[in-house]
Formats: sequence, C-alpha cells, structure tokens
Amino acid sequence: MRVTRAFLLRGVLPVAALAAAGALAGCRQGGGGGGGGGNEILVGHFASMTGDTSTFGTETDRGIRLAMEELNAAGGVLGKQFRVQTQDDASKVEEAVTVVTGFANNPDMVAVLGEVASSRSKAAAPVLQAAQIPMVSPSSTNPDVTKVGDYIFRVCFIDPFQGYVMAKFAREQLKMDRVAILRDQKNDYSVGLANVFNDEFKKMGGTIVADVSYKEGDSDFRSQLAQVKPQRPQALYVPGYYGEVGTIARQARELGMNVPLMGGDGWDSPQLVAGAGGPGKALEGAYFSNHYSKDDKSERVQTFVKTFRAKYGSDPSALAAMGYDAMKLLADAITRAGSPDRKALRDALATTQNFKGVTGDITIDAQRNATKPAVVLQIQGNQFVYRATVQPPDAAKSASAK
Amino acid sequence: MAPLLRRALFIGGTVVVLLVLSLVLPQTLDPVVFRIVMLSGIAIIMAVSLNLINGFTGQFSIGHAGFQALGAYGAAALTVYGHNALFGYLPKAGPLQPGLAGFFQGAPAILIAMLASGLLAAAVGYLVGLPSLRLRGDYLAIVTLGFGEIIRVVIENTDVVGGPRGFSGNVEAGVLTPRLTSFFWVYLVVVLVVVVSRNLRFSVQGLGFLAVREDEIAAQAMGVDTTRTKVIAFVLGAFFAGVAGALYAHYEFTLSPTSFGFVRSFDFVTMVVLGGLGSITGSVLAAVLLTALPEVLRSSLGSVQGLDQYRLVTYALLLIILMIVRPQGIFGRGELRRDTFFRRGKRPPATPLTGA
Repeated sequence: MRVTRAFLLRGVLPVAALAAAGALAGCRQGGGGGGGGGNEILVGHFASMTGDTSTFGTETDRGIRLAMEELNAAGGVLGKQFRVQTQDDASKVEEAVTVVTGFANNPDMVAVLGEVASSRSKAAAPVLQAAQIPMVSPSSTNPDVTKVGDYIFRVCFIDPFQGYVMAKFAREQLKMDRVAILRDQKNDYSVGLANVFNDEFKKMGGTIVADVSYKEGDSDFRSQLAQVKPQRPQALYVPGYYGEVGTIARQARELGMNVPLMGGDGWDSPQLVAGAGGPGKALEGAYFSNHYSKDDKSERVQTFVKTFRAKYGSDPSALAAMGYDAMKLLADAITRAGSPDRKALRDALATTQNFKGVTGDITIDAQRNATKPAVVLQIQGNQFVYRATVQPPDAAKSASAK
Repeated sequence: MAPLLRRALFIGGTVVVLLVLSLVLPQTLDPVVFRIVMLSGIAIIMAVSLNLINGFTGQFSIGHAGFQALGAYGAAALTVYGHNALFGYLPKAGPLQPGLAGFFQGAPAILIAMLASGLLAAAVGYLVGLPSLRLRGDYLAIVTLGFGEIIRVVIENTDVVGGPRGFSGNVEAGVLTPRLTSFFWVYLVVVLVVVVSRNLRFSVQGLGFLAVREDEIAAQAMGVDTTRTKVIAFVLGAFFAGVAGALYAHYEFTLSPTSFGFVRSFDFVTMVVLGGLGSITGSVLAAVLLTALPEVLRSSLGSVQGLDQYRLVTYALLLIILMIVRPQGIFGRGELRRDTFFRRGKRPPATPLTGA
C-alpha cells in the first residue's frame, strides 16, 4: 500500500492532532505548575499509584494527605499552607525518573517525598541530589538509597535492622536456639534481612541450622522445605514478600512442620493470611517485624488511627503511617529551618532529634537514615497482634554505618 | 560524482544538524520534554530494528528487550570496569564537561561502548537465531521469549552488575556509569538505523527479506536462501538493539533488570504492530507515540483533579481504538516518502511484492 494524501488526512492527521493537543495541554500545565509561590509550600510526591505495587503508592499518599490536612488546618507552617503534588510513576523505574525530573525543574518545589520501592527511590535520588532538592523516602529500606547524596533522607529504618530485631526477639523472648532461613535470593530486601539475621542470631548464641533459597514467583517450595525439615528447626525465618510466604507456610504444614514462621515488613498485607489458607490456618502464630502497629497503646498511635479511620473508613497500614510521619517530619524541619529554603531545610532535616512520630521516636543519623524502634507482630486469626517493641541498640547503629 | 557529492552532503549535514541540536536542545527544552525526546529516540532504534525482523522478514521475535539488556549491561560494565584501563580521562562520577568539550571527551568512549555492545548482542543473536531460524513457524517466538527471560535471570544473579539491586556503577571504587549519551549519539543511531532499513527495503537483498515474509516456500523455490536471510535480519536487529542498550545504559542513572522484562519486549512488538508491520515510518511514529503518550496523558488528564488515575486506562483504550480503526497499523505497509507530499505527474507502479 502506498501512502496517499487522502490517507494522511484521514488516518495520520487525527492521531497527530491528538498528540499535539495533548502536548500543548501538557506545556500549559507544565508552565503554570509552579504558579502557587508566595503563600504555599509545594511538596512533590512520586508514588506508584498504579501498576504492580499500586497499594504502596495509594496507602502512602493517604497518610501524606492526612498529615497535610492536619497541618493546614492548624494554620500551616510559617504562615504558609502545604500543597502536595502527587504524581504516578506506574510502578516503573523509568517513569519515576521522569516524574522527579519534572519536580526538579519546578523552582517552587521545596521538597520531594517518595518512593516506597527502593529500586525507584535509588533511580530517582540522583536527579534530586543534582538539583539540590531534599528528598525524604517514607519507606525505602534498602541501605543504598541514602548513599546517593546529602539531600536524600528516609524516615524508616534500613533493612538490616529488621534482621537484628527478629534475631533479638527470637532469641530473648521466644528463647529459640535453632532457626532455619528461607530467603528470596533474587530479592535484595530478603537477602539483606536474611544476612543480618544470620549474623546477629549467631552472635547471640543461636544456631542457623539451614539456609536455603527460593525465587519470587515460585509456587513450589517443597524441595527446599524437605531439605530443612530433618534439621529440626524451632522456627523458619522467611523474610520475603507476602505473595510467596502464604504458600510456603501452607506447604510447610503439609510436610508436617508445625513450627512458627518469622518474617519482615514484606509480610504486611491484607492478603497474607488468605494466601496461607485463611485465618487460623498455616500462618497462625507467626511473627513478623514491622514499622508500627495500630494496636500500639500509646496515645500518639491511637489518635492517628482514629483520625485516619474517620477520614478513609479503614485502618491505616504501616505504609500510611510512614507517609504521615514523613510529611510531619518535613513540616517540623521546615519550622526549625525558619524558611522553606532547600539548603536550610536539608540542614534541619539532618539534625532531626527524637521527632515524635506515630512510628516511634525518629532521629536522623549521620548517614541520613532514621534510628527508631521496630515492633514485632503476631498473626492471630485475621489480626496482626502487637507483641513487642524492639529499640535500636548501638550495634544496629554501627550496622547502618557500614 | 553527483550521487557521491549528495551522499557526502547528507552525511555532513546530518552530523552538523545533530551536533547543533545536541548543544542547543538540553538548554532550551523543558527537562521532562527533553527526557521524553531521548527515550523516544532509544525506542525508535528498538522499534525500527525489531521491524527488520518482525516486519520485513515476517518472523515473530518477542525477546528484543533481552538484546537491549545485553547491550546495556555489557556497555555499562565495559565503561565502569574498564574505566582505569581504557577511559581514565572520563570523570569518575558526575557529568561530562559542558558544551563541545564534553562531546569530544565522551565521543571515543560511547563509540567503543556502542560498537562493543552491538557486536555482543549480534553475536548472541547469531547463536540464538541460527538453530531456531532454520525452522518455520512459531519456534522463534518461543526461543526469543525464553532467551529474553534467561538474560534477565542471568543478570539478576550476576553480582558484579548489581544483580537484582540494579547497576549504577562500581560504588566501592567510586566509579559510576558515565553519562555519555547525548542527543547527538541517540539520533545519529536513529538516522543510521532508518537509513539502513530503508536501503535494505529497496534493495535486492531486502526483496529477499520481503519474499520470505510473503511465502517462505515460494521464496525458497526462487532461490532465496531463507535461513541465511532470516539470520541476517535477526543479527542486524539484535545489533541495533544492543546499541540502543548502550545508549540507554549511559543515559539512565540506574539499570534495573526489571526494566528489561518480557513486558518491555512486548512494548516494542506493540510499537511495530501499531505502526504497521513492515513500515519504517510507522515504527518511528509508533515508538514516539507510545513513549510520549503516558506523559502527555499525565499532563493533560492531570490538570483535572481525579482524572489522573485513569491515565493508563486511557492509554490502553487509545491503543484498542487505534487497532480497531486501523487493524493494519497506522501506516500499514506504506512509507512516508517525498512524493506523498509533492505529488508528481505519474505515480510509479507499486512494487508487486509489497502490494497489500
């Protein structure tokens, strides 16, 4: 077929016109995007509102928006109101970089919040570092993220700390001697937790009887479990994501292993228990470390849970709590800085001491990571019941400095 | 002498125009728009090179992102780990010198990286293609699908390139992947891949490609070495995908294995099919369209509160509508040519093999 003029008019032109119209609309919006200026403090939030990990972004955004509304209702900071601009990155690394490139180009952008997934935070951080805009990640726990530069912060603890928390809990509270590790070898998060758990548990006098691996997306773990079973572990440490954990628990029970499972914050999902065959089944009595528990009796947490429930009609997840803390900590730092100037804000963020967040008292250390406590939850029926709070020791600090 | 002169003028003109644009555009364009321009360029290279295989030769390769991954990781590993031996004159981290100085500073390194990763991808393409292209039918699809996944899994388990963490350089030694990719290099390769495709399309060699697509048995009966033809198309496609990978690696801050999954491969297949299987113009247009559309929709829908979340739904909807309206792709098998705009007295007869 040859391309004729008529075809061009009928076929290609409408497409081109559509694209041009869109681009034009884009330019207009891009140009006027930062027009707020003067009376407001503009904060960017890049998040996975859609795509593979859409719950990460939507939950975090809820927490951030609740914090923003509270701050604005209380008169804002330095007499200015906050405006949070949330942009979706579709759970893609490439789009996350595109979004923060837009943020970095906006002269009114005071600070940027995001992301949850460490891979996307890590890819976006160099753009903001280069533009010297402070970035606060609510819950990227991979140690590499804040190593990008001195404008990159986080309000969560880093991966290795959770390994320490579980090792301490298993050894001191559960009095365990023999634990087996089942790690997701492709997953950096899982490997980080497993390595530190391995080291710390041994240091505390325990024995790791087996250390086997699986891959995210696997659905049959029987051969690994059969390998572990003869070693008679008292618990299985499975620091993976919730998708596989349920299946692992079910298959462990099928093989007659009735020991509890233990894990990290990757378990925190409403789908976790359903994946293990439902409440009271394979995951009953399992433990995992997390950033916060809505059952924590402290007044801070209970007030937060109440207001969150009133606004959204559901209980806040840990991600929502972290988003809330990130926004509140940012506001606190702007107050201390005395102006929404990026450099002053960076310095104020770096010297944060004992900020009273709903996920614990947060101190930002020299590596721009948060030093804060973790909680251990136990699965009972459909509920994640609060069991203990584990404080960061000096040992965990030196681990984070590594 | 006239054709030779014309060719020299074309090459010289292209280089000068690209160089000027390369110096001017980053300063004048909005950074987000410039990023889209760069990503579009890389997507064009991928789509046009895949069009050689899927469009011209009628094979069905769905592992093109695998070749890109091979090129990207190969090139990044070369410039990072070969920094001391080969590229000591590059900064260990941070941008190159501004302006023309930076261009000449980065030129040898990016040329070597592109060539090396292209050859690597082509060599692997040959190994993958030779056995599977001897067969007819869907074998290639299955083999390339498997190949793409193998590449991804191998990368995820290779610690020197960061494994699942992604690769941004040798962090311990302080050598980050240099930011070598500029507008000039991306669009030089775009011009190259388009010219190579166009020349192939209208050459005797290229007629062999089309013959294989139309009817393999008939082509064989007419004396076309079908396996050889298919392997040439496949290796050529893989070469350019490798080069695109090198450009991508030196543009992005961090390479992540998840960026090269088979979903990404399907993005490129979508570009080729949407543009019209076999149409170079179509592949170029569709590559730009599909790369820019999510961002265009972000800014146009984003201006209305609450509509932003329907961005990807709209994206998919537009694709569906387009495929219903034009099932043969935007351009079908046609091309945009000079006489599309300037109609002359008599039209040349359509080439018999391409009549749709």
